[in-house]
Amino acid sequence: MSSENRVTINGEAHPLPDDPRVSLLDMLRHNLGLTGTKKGCDHGQCGACTVMVNGVRINSCLTLAVMHDGDEVTTIEGLGTAEEPSALQQAFVDHDAYQCGYCTPGQICSATAMLEEIANGWPSDASENLDGTMKPSAEEIRERMSGNICRCGAYANILAAITEVASGEPA
Amino acid sequence: MRPFDYQRADSRDHAGQLTAGEHAQAIAGGTNLLDLMKLQVETPQTLVDINRLGHREIEDRDDGGMWIGALATNTETAVHPRVRSDYPVLARAILAGATQQLRNRATTGGNLCQRTRCYYFTNIDQPCNKREPGSGCGAIEGIAKLHAVLGASSQCIATYPGDMAVAMSALDAQVEIAGADGGTRTVPVRDFHRLPGDTPWKDNVLEPGDLITGVTLPPPVKGRQLYRKVRERSSYAFALCSVAAIVAMDGDTIARADLAFGGLAHKPWHDPEVGQVLIGQKPGADLFNRAADVLLRDARGYGENDFKIPLARRTLAAVLAEATGVEL
Ligand SMILES: Cc1cc2nc3c(=O)[nH]c(=O)nc-3n(C[C@H](O)[C@H](O)[C@H](O)COP(=O)(O)OP(=O)(O)OC[C@H]3O[C@@H](n4cnc5c(N)ncnc54)[C@H](O)[C@@H]3O)c2cc1C
Ligand code: SF4
Ligand code: FES
Ligand code: FES
Repeated sequence: MSSENRVTINGEAHPLPDDPRVSLLDMLRHNLGLTGTKKGCDHGQCGACTVMVNGVRINSCLTLAVMHDGDEVTTIEGLGTAEEPSALQQAFVDHDAYQCGYCTPGQICSATAMLEEIANGWPSDASENLDGTMKPSAEEIRERMSGNICRCGAYANILAAITEVASGEPA
Repeated sequence: MRPFDYQRADSRDHAGQLTAGEHAQAIAGGTNLLDLMKLQVETPQTLVDINRLGHREIEDRDDGGMWIGALATNTETAVHPRVRSDYPVLARAILAGATQQLRNRATTGGNLCQRTRCYYFTNIDQPCNKREPGSGCGAIEGIAKLHAVLGASSQCIATYPGDMAVAMSALDAQVEIAGADGGTRTVPVRDFHRLPGDTPWKDNVLEPGDLITGVTLPPPVKGRQLYRKVRERSSYAFALCSVAAIVAMDGDTIARADLAFGGLAHKPWHDPEVGQVLIGQKPGADLFNRAADVLLRDARGYGENDFKIPLARRTLAAVLAEATGVEL
């Protein structure tokens, strides 16, 4: 199967939709039934729709599926399962890092990519220096996760869950 | 979203031909255009995907400057080692904007061309001369908190909302544009955005079929580079006022002061007279106030945004104090 007019989602190739208006988010939810990814605002403002494309986190509501020919998309379903959760998924459970849970898949996809960004030494607006090792301090995590809004305000526990995984120590 | 025809451009000429057509528009990251298409503020009939054109490189230039391709993402620019070390004002300005998810998609060209966040512009039930010429301006006597205090017109008081271009204006970067006719031209970032005047629907100097191919940064200069953004919350909000500054000292006097301001006008605001007040002088509160007097000599508020005039004065003073090491 060639990658022409196909997008790979969690390791499986899928044809692109015929209607170019379909956002990547709608393709995931409506066309493929991957409803883990959530639609909050549909305007890039809340982060509920965060997925990783070629390893980089983006808002799937503000991109067209047809623009992702040949790309590799990872959604919350691709990160872990109920039996074998990822470290962040487990930490969110352990820390009760949600109330309604609507923002959670986006939070976890976003945090997964964020830890990679810190490991790669990418600075943020909260970084004192633009160079050198980036530390997953509370201030850094808050700034780097600011694109994921939690309407229930579970931020304290979200921060604790991410901090635990980032530091490798129970928070 | 209105139906449209999706085309993928495979060369610069192809993109030029496609976007020169009526009701055709280029799409890069899509983070501004798709947002506005969902609101039916933008209704292109042909959407030209320019993501396969290349123009994504970030490279050194022979003169010591840098080239930032139009399709480089905001993240790629902000994390580039040389941008971080030699143009920190640019890295800082980008990092102060939007969120990581958005910056990962947003491109140089799209960021320069992003449209205003005026609430009347984004609501098709409201009058707006920028969206619908001749329909009036809802903001002038309405909700105008985000709006301009410098360079506005009786037709439109919108602001250019971006951060990246404010730093590029302070750096005196140059925008390279490929025309539909196959030619290229270079326009300083300082002249790229327009003032609204009687044609507020024209945000910038691009003509149909024009494509931005990249931005050239001049060789780095000595001095401190700062970007200070004042907003309603500490992250993830547009600037009420921002200052990009490159300030160098010679002994105890100011030798260089390249300044640009965001959130105040329909374009990143660069006024060479502000720098002239500062150069050759000893830094201090009085001097900073005189610079602000010059910056704000023609400033005018529209009620809700009156606060921006004193805010710009204080932000300028704070940035100059930090850059020159003066206590206020
Ligand atoms: C919630 C939210 C918050 C944000 N906060 C900020 C902020 O704080 N600061 C900030 O600066 N920005 C902010 N942004 C705006 C964001 O930075 C822009 O949406 C982004 O930079 C646009 O780039 P893009 O590549 O996605 O453009 P697109 O959406 O693809 O295009 C935007 C426009 O540019 C044109 N265009 C694109 N590339 C070219 C080219 N090469 N030549 C000619 N025309 C071109 C398109 O035709 C279109 O008209 C925010 C956006 C959102 C949704
Ligand atoms: S300020 Fe400009 S963009 Fe806003 S309503 Fe008036 S004309 Fe439209
Ligand atoms: S649904 Fe995409 S950011 Fe809110
Ligand atoms: S848990 Fe309800 S929105 Fe975050």
